[in-house]
Amino acid sequence: MTRWLQHPPPRGVLLALLAAGLAACFAIEQFGLVDDYVRFVLITFGINIILCVSLNLVNGWMGEFSVGHAGFMALGAYLSACVSVKWLSWGDPLWMFPLAVIGGGLMAGAVGFLLGLLSFKTRGDYLAIITLAFLMIVKSGIENIPYVGGPRGFLGIDNHTTLLWTAVWTVLTLWTIRNLVYSRFGRGIVAVREDEIAANAMGVDTRKAKLTAFVVSSFFGGVAGALFAHQLQFINPSVFDIVKSTEILVMVYLGGVGSLAGSILGATAFTFLSQALQPLGTWRMVILPLILVLLMIFRPRGIMGMREFSWFVPQREFPKKEDKK
Amino acid sequence: MDYFAQQAINAIQLGSIYALIALGYSMVYGVLVMINFAHGDVFMVSSFFCFLLLLVLPVPFIAALLIVMLATAILGVCIERLAYRPLRNAPRVSAIITALGCGLVIQNTTLSISPYSQRMPELFTPVTWNFAGLTISSLQILIVGISVGLMLALDFFIRKTRYGMAMRAIAQDRVTVPLMGVPVNQVIAVTFALGAALGGAAGVLYASAYPVISATMGVLVGWKAFVAAVIGGIGNVRGAVLGAYLLGAVEVFTVTVLPSTYRDLVVYTLLLVILIFKPYGLLGRPAVQKV
Repeated sequence: MTRWLQHPPPRGVLLALLAAGLAACFAIEQFGLVDDYVRFVLITFGINIILCVSLNLVNGWMGEFSVGHAGFMALGAYLSACVSVKWLSWGDPLWMFPLAVIGGGLMAGAVGFLLGLLSFKTRGDYLAIITLAFLMIVKSGIENIPYVGGPRGFLGIDNHTTLLWTAVWTVLTLWTIRNLVYSRFGRGIVAVREDEIAANAMGVDTRKAKLTAFVVSSFFGGVAGALFAHQLQFINPSVFDIVKSTEILVMVYLGGVGSLAGSILGATAFTFLSQALQPLGTWRMVILPLILVLLMIFRPRGIMGMREFSWFVPQREFPKKEDKK
Repeated sequence: MDYFAQQAINAIQLGSIYALIALGYSMVYGVLVMINFAHGDVFMVSSFFCFLLLLVLPVPFIAALLIVMLATAILGVCIERLAYRPLRNAPRVSAIITALGCGLVIQNTTLSISPYSQRMPELFTPVTWNFAGLTISSLQILIVGISVGLMLALDFFIRKTRYGMAMRAIAQDRVTVPLMGVPVNQVIAVTFALGAALGGAAGVLYASAYPVISATMGVLVGWKAFVAAVIGGIGNVRGAVLGAYLLGAVEVFTVTVLPSTYRDLVVYTLLLVILIFKPYGLLGRPAVQKV
């Protein structure tokens, strides 16, 4: 591989690329450079990256197994829809929509905090069961709230999810999770995966690490749900079922556990595949889980499992040239 | 009071079917320490097997039960051989994900072939008796009788036969047992065959009691049985039966008090509450984590 791929470029170059990308999104949105279908797929792609990176924090870096991510999405989607349709519908979307998205994220984060508390006592299989129960409770709970439409779904949400907002939230998610897992505190989250008892003995506050991972992961799950609701303009409890969770799991384990580049790769491959397989109808949902099973058998850590593209790694992780001598 | 007793009979009927499915979850967990999420969908497919069998050839009830149990057992062994055995020594998370994936493959294949729910032809013409204000049908007696009979047979198998002994030994120590000459792969295959056969029996009984079958039954009914197995203490065969009857009662009596849309909410909340206060279920023993 060429040298510039093995070493991250200077900070300024990265920031310039980022600014160019956001400007491109703004231009596409402003001047209508792509047709509606491409725009829809691009927004879905961004939402999928947010979902994949945020679930990867718990399932990849922390090594737990959660199947409840669609539940956090549902909480974020419904709360943000309430904000934008019922509570602050008079507001200007310029400030009201970010508020709705953050509100959805906070709601999901608060419930994620409770789920994180439960993870102190249980691990592994039982934690997976708890997240499954959580998903079922959220889904059938929403079905029993007539205020948000019950089983019929929530209608009349305006389309506020622009390409620019999706890009901003995607970058924010990647930036937050990158800085978290490469921080001193975030290494405690990785230590929980390797060996919780040993991490505890070495002075890692494993409870705090678990809680942080759960709250951050579910916050961004809720943000993705909010963007999703304002993209589709109609949400229904049965959208957020175990199939949705499995889709996110496919992305995480396809791209690679514990890797930002892997999450982006997984989200890209999944978005492309699910669009390409659209003509197959329900057979699509036979092929996607089949891919997951084959992955587990032949490449359980995914394409980029535990590896990282150097551009996503902070500069300080690389030895300086003088040190090498 | 009559109403209450009538509901109690319904609860026992539902609990018996849950118990047969829950046993499959619990046996596999006991032997392999793995949640076989695909088991609910195996149960669902078995009722479709029964439906297909009756379309082709109208056999009597007992023959249908045995043929479906055999077919489902073969399916269970195939899943184990193709999907789970390659992952025997992989991290446990990989095995759970694979099981979840297998379940979705089975469910969505069935859904793609039969998008609508199917009406089951009548397997058995029930006779109903009125007894002190209660209505009991011969079908209910048959369901409870067959379930309890199969459960007793399984208990005998696990406690008294050589295979049963091998299963209990593998559950205790999977490293030493092969060194003693126990054919581990064969015993695990037998475990899957038995679990799936019981699920198959449940599929036939469920389809004769509630004769509309659909591809989502694996999630709607199969996962309830999984909840029952967890409540009882997954891995513990007697716990699974206790949990199943408890869950049957909770479900039936919830619907008498609250609207039926609250049923799932109550069941999964019960699961969450039990896991918080008794993390290993009612009869389960806590796993000691070795350092």
